[in-house]
Parts: sequence; C-alpha cells; structure tokens
Amino acid sequence: MDPMDSLARVLLPLPVVLPLFGAGLTLALARRPNAQRAISVTVLSVVVAAAVTLLVLTDSGRGTYSVDVGGWPPLLGIPLVADRLSTLMLVVSSVVTLAVLLYSLAQGIADGEEGAPVSIYHPTYLVLSAGVSNAFLSGDLFNLYVGFEVLLAASYILLTLGGTKARVRAGTTYVVVSLLSSLVFLTAIALVYMATGTVNMAELALRLPQVDPDVQLVLHLLLLVGFGIKAAVFPLSAWLPDSYPTAPAPVTAVFAGLLTKVGVYAVIRTETLLFPGVGGVNRLLLWVSLATMVVGILGAVAQSDVKRLLSFTLVSHIGYMVFGVALGSAAGLSGAVFYVAHHITVQTTLFLVTGLVERHSGSTNLDHLGSLAKRAPLLAVLFFVPALNLAGIPPFSGFLGKLALLQAGVDAGTWEAHVLVAGGVVVSLLTLYAIAKVWNRAFWQEPPAPGDLPEGAADRAGTGGATGRSGGTALEERTSVPRGMVAPTAALVAVGAAITVVAGPLFGVSDRAADDLLERTPYTSTVLHERVPEVPR
Amino acid sequence: MSPNITLVVVSGVLVAAGVSLLLERTLTRVLVGITLLSNGVNVLFLVASGPPGGAPIVGRTPIGEMSDPLPQAMVLTAIVITLGMVAFVLALSYRSWQLNGHDEVQDDVEDRRIVRRADRDQASASYDDESRDDGTTAGERTGPGRAGRSAASAGDPDAPPLADALRPDDSEAVGG
Repeated sequence: MDPMDSLARVLLPLPVVLPLFGAGLTLALARRPNAQRAISVTVLSVVVAAAVTLLVLTDSGRGTYSVDVGGWPPLLGIPLVADRLSTLMLVVSSVVTLAVLLYSLAQGIADGEEGAPVSIYHPTYLVLSAGVSNAFLSGDLFNLYVGFEVLLAASYILLTLGGTKARVRAGTTYVVVSLLSSLVFLTAIALVYMATGTVNMAELALRLPQVDPDVQLVLHLLLLVGFGIKAAVFPLSAWLPDSYPTAPAPVTAVFAGLLTKVGVYAVIRTETLLFPGVGGVNRLLLWVSLATMVVGILGAVAQSDVKRLLSFTLVSHIGYMVFGVALGSAAGLSGAVFYVAHHITVQTTLFLVTGLVERHSGSTNLDHLGSLAKRAPLLAVLFFVPALNLAGIPPFSGFLGKLALLQAGVDAGTWEAHVLVAGGVVVSLLTLYAIAKVWNRAFWQEPPAPGDLPEGAADRAGTGGATGRSGGTALEERTSVPRGMVAPTAALVAVGAAITVVAGPLFGVSDRAADDLLERTPYTSTVLHERVPEVPR
Repeated sequence: MSPNITLVVVSGVLVAAGVSLLLERTLTRVLVGITLLSNGVNVLFLVASGPPGGAPIVGRTPIGEMSDPLPQAMVLTAIVITLGMVAFVLALSYRSWQLNGHDEVQDDVEDRRIVRRADRDQASASYDDESRDDGTTAGERTGPGRAGRSAASAGDPDAPPLADALRPDDSEAVGG
C-alpha cells in the first residue's frame, strides 16, 4: 500500500472521532473552563489540519479514499469515504467551526460566563462538529442518518441554550420540524432497504437502477423531501428564519454556515450517486430552486432585524446551489460546489459581524442602529466586504460562483434554465438591495434620537440578547468590542476574500469533484474495493 | 419477498395517528404524535426485515432460516435516537409550561408583525424613517406602538385565523 493511501486512511476517521473524544473529555472537565477551552481549540485545530491534508491527498492522489470502520468488509460494516466533494466541504466547515469557536470563547470571557450553562457548551459544540463531519464522510445511508441526528441533537441544545422564553419558543418549532424531517429520511431508508437490501451508498448506486422506475421515483422524492427540509428549500424552508435568529450570535453563525449546507450536500449525493440524471426530478428541482431564491429574498427585503434579514438571504441563496445541482451538468455541479464553499464562509462571517454589531450597539434591529460607519469604522469594513461578497459584486467569490452557475445555466440551453438564469440575476440584485438597506440604515444613516429609544431598549436585541442573559451592561459597553471577537471575524473575512484569490485552483477542485460525481465509478469502485487503474488527470 | 400485510397496516395506522396528532398546537400532543409516527416507521423496518426466522448466529440457526439482522440493528439505533429526542422535547415542553403556563406552540412574533402591516397596507418599519417608533420588535416590549397594534388586531374581523392561537403570546408580550 502506498504511503499516501495509508496516511489518508489514518486521517479519514479523525474529523469524526476526535471531536467526539474531545466532547467526552470536556464533559468530564466541566468544572475547569480553561481546560475545556484548550481541549476544544486543540481538537478543532487538529481537525482543520486533517481536513486540509485530506483535501490535498484526494485532489493530488487517487481522488477517493475509503476506510472500513472496524475492519468490517464494506457490505457488512460502515465505510467512511473521502472524495473531493466531501473533503472540500470538510475543509470549509472545519475552518468555519474553529473560527466561530474562537469567537464564542472571546465572547464568553468578556461576558464573564456567570449563570450561563457554559459547561455544556463545549461538549455540545464538539458533538455538532463530529456530526457534521460524519454526515460529510459517511458512505452509508443509515450512518448519514446517524450523522444528521448527532448534529441535530447538538443543535437543539445550542439553539435553546439558557432556556429563555424566546429561545424555547423558537426551539420548539425547530425541534419538531427537524424530527419530522428525520422521520421522513428514516422512512426512506426503510423503503430503500426493502427495495435493494442494502444501505451502502456505493452498492445502492449499482443496485438502484435495477429497481422498478416508479419505486425509484418514490424513494428519490422521499429522500429529497427529507434533505430538502434540512437544506431549507422553499416550500420546506419556513422554519429557518423563525428559529435561527434567536440563538446566541456564534451559534446562529455556525448553524447558518453549516447545517443547511449538510442538507445541500446530501441532495448533491442523492442527485449524483443514487439517482443520477432523472430528467423530471431535475426539472422539479429547477423550479423549486427558483421559488427558493425569489421567496427567500422577498422575505429578506421586508425584514427590519439584521439577523432575520440574513436568515432570509440564507434561504434565498440555497436556491443557487440547488439550481446548480438541478442542471445536472458538470459545469452546474462544479458551480454549486464552489458556491457552497463560498456561501458557508460568507454567511457565517456576516452573522459573526452582526454579533459584533449587537455587542457594540446592543441591538440588531435597524430601527435602533445608525452611524456605525463613523462610530465603528472597523466594524463597517468587516461588514462591507462579506456583504458585497454575498451580493455578488466583482471581484469577490460570490460573483465568481454566480457567474459559473449562470454560465452553466446558459450552456444547458433549455428555456427553463434561461428563466432560472434571469431569476438568478434578479435575486442577486435584490440581495444587493437588502444588503444596501442594512448598510444605509445601520452604518450611514444617523441613529434615532436618544428620546426615541425607550429605557433599556439597548438590550432588546431584536429577538434575544447576545448571550441569553439580559445584557443590562450593553449601554456601557457600546464602544468596546473584545479584540478576541474581532480577530476571528476578521480572519473569516480574509478567508472569504482569499477565496477570490485561490478561485482558479478551487474551481479546479470543484470541476474535478463534479466530474467524479457524474462518473460515479471512482466512488463505487473505491468503496467496494474494486481497484481500477489510476487515470492521470 | 412478500411483505407482511398486518405489519404494513399497523405501520400505516400508527403513522396516520401520528400525523393527525402532529397537527395539534399543544406540544405534549405533538410529542405523542412524534412517538407514534416514529413507532410506525420502526414497524416499517420490521417489514423490511422480511419473514421471521431464527437468531442470526452461526452455529445455532441454519443459514437459510436466519432472520435478517441488519434492519433490527437499524431499528434499535432509531429507537434509541428517538428516545433521546422525546426526552428533550419533553423537557422543552415542561420549560415552556414553566415559562408561559401552557405548552402551546407559538407563532413567530416578527413574522406576525409583518403580516399585520401588510393587512393594513403599511410600509415596513425599515422602509420609512417616520414609522420608526411604530413597530420596534413587537412582543419584546410595551412601547407606544403596542396599544395601537393590539387595538388593530382586536378590532380586525378579517384577522388571520391564527390570530386566536396567538393570543397567549400577545398577552405575554404585554405582560413582559
């Protein structure tokens, strides 16, 4: 076995196992916050390093690596699979997770951490990270379900952290909707097993084509509904803008960046590996993606709270990714993969900056904000760059991603694709409008006169305080934002901007990932150990 | 493989009952609905495991007569996961009862505010500076805008059907 192969096999389980191990350790050390912090940061840093190495290995090496967990042969045991798509997702998600952890640490230290159940924050956060990694790496449909459940269970706890009224209200909806989506997914797994006798995704790719086409369609749509709820695709997206904004800023940031993208990742796998090239479903997905884009952004335009506005843009931009997947072409998939990588970074950054604004001014409601460009120029810069990036202004990566998707749409040539291209442009413009509204009102415009602000309004940050405590000190802290919170945010802004610089190589990776996805044999033959001669690229 | 029709019917009835309970507004009923629904899906896994057979242990049962162990393993995992989730939802509904005196699932306050504005054909707060003090974070504080809004909802015969169910939340906002 060549050294790269064995290295990949060692690294592959790490992103799942290490955070789980760290979670146990931090839970045991619940009374020692410093040890908890050190463990969390170390674990997630190692995961970032492992993910980056894996990406380099898969992209320069054989393209796909798989590990049979526990040494069971592939059809009996559970394989973990790393290909270009999953490792790219892993790299972006682990970088974002680490940055948000550092941010939340600084916030926690600054807030004094009294009274809040922080001892469970670290274990839960690490479990969330393990669940996300497991979902990305799983080569088994049931293990994918377990990965989803792990990350969802952690997300329930993070979302209702502190158990305040607003969070319990938002958490209720979120938990029930997520449970329902999991049950739909579980039903799909039971039916898939009935139809094929396996839940190994590589084996499914070979066996599903032999199943009756009507049964295939039922399985396909069931899986898509389950993943669609998680990805917040339009008719199934109403839960997202309701629940996300109430959570603490770092939690919202990591949810917005990662959780929906895990759903999108699962949709990509379903559409390429399990049920490739089903014309009718692709057309359905095209229209669904248009509806997601338009409805999401129209919702964003109507909001006056920055967190809610951003949650709606999040829904809207999921539409772009689904658009790329629905095109079914290599160019479309490549654009979608690039867009996911771009969007995870940018959306998380924007939520983190909103957290900083909340910290600085005590509110995220546009009615309370103003003159931030003058009072906090650094915040203004930190907001401005990712905001333009999200709206797709050249030369940022949002522009490149949208360009790739629109080009793929034009290349597809059907009239539906052209409608989608037009829709994509309009939605991009409306995103700019929504973002410009935030910029104008929060950063440029004069703040409301002090008389307008009722007593203590500063801590009513739209839908919840920054940390779940009644931030009564917000007024005094108006100008002091901890440097530890600014630094990770600035780092993520830089990462978002750097995506533009490395766009060439990144598109190279996403192109090759898309080719692999469409070809399918690299995945199936690696997982099932049918070694094929390496094709030089 | 011919599926066991009794199990299919049982699964169908459980799922149907679960869905109907899920549509309730009380969280405890929703919880019972989720439990029934998940049991329905679990029974579906029993259907997937095919005809009953002996314990799948080499040496005890001849290979042809073994039952399929994989769906049983999956169903066990699913049951354990559901148990954890049910415990969490139970805690959540208890907390909701602690905070509000009921465990009804409430609507999104901000969303409702925007719907009301649309009903009254009013511009968004974020659109017009003049309307600034009108709709500041409804449900979060009792401001000058509150009285007008409550009056509008109380006196509006065309209020959306969900308005009734929202009342508890409204009073919470006024009280808070």
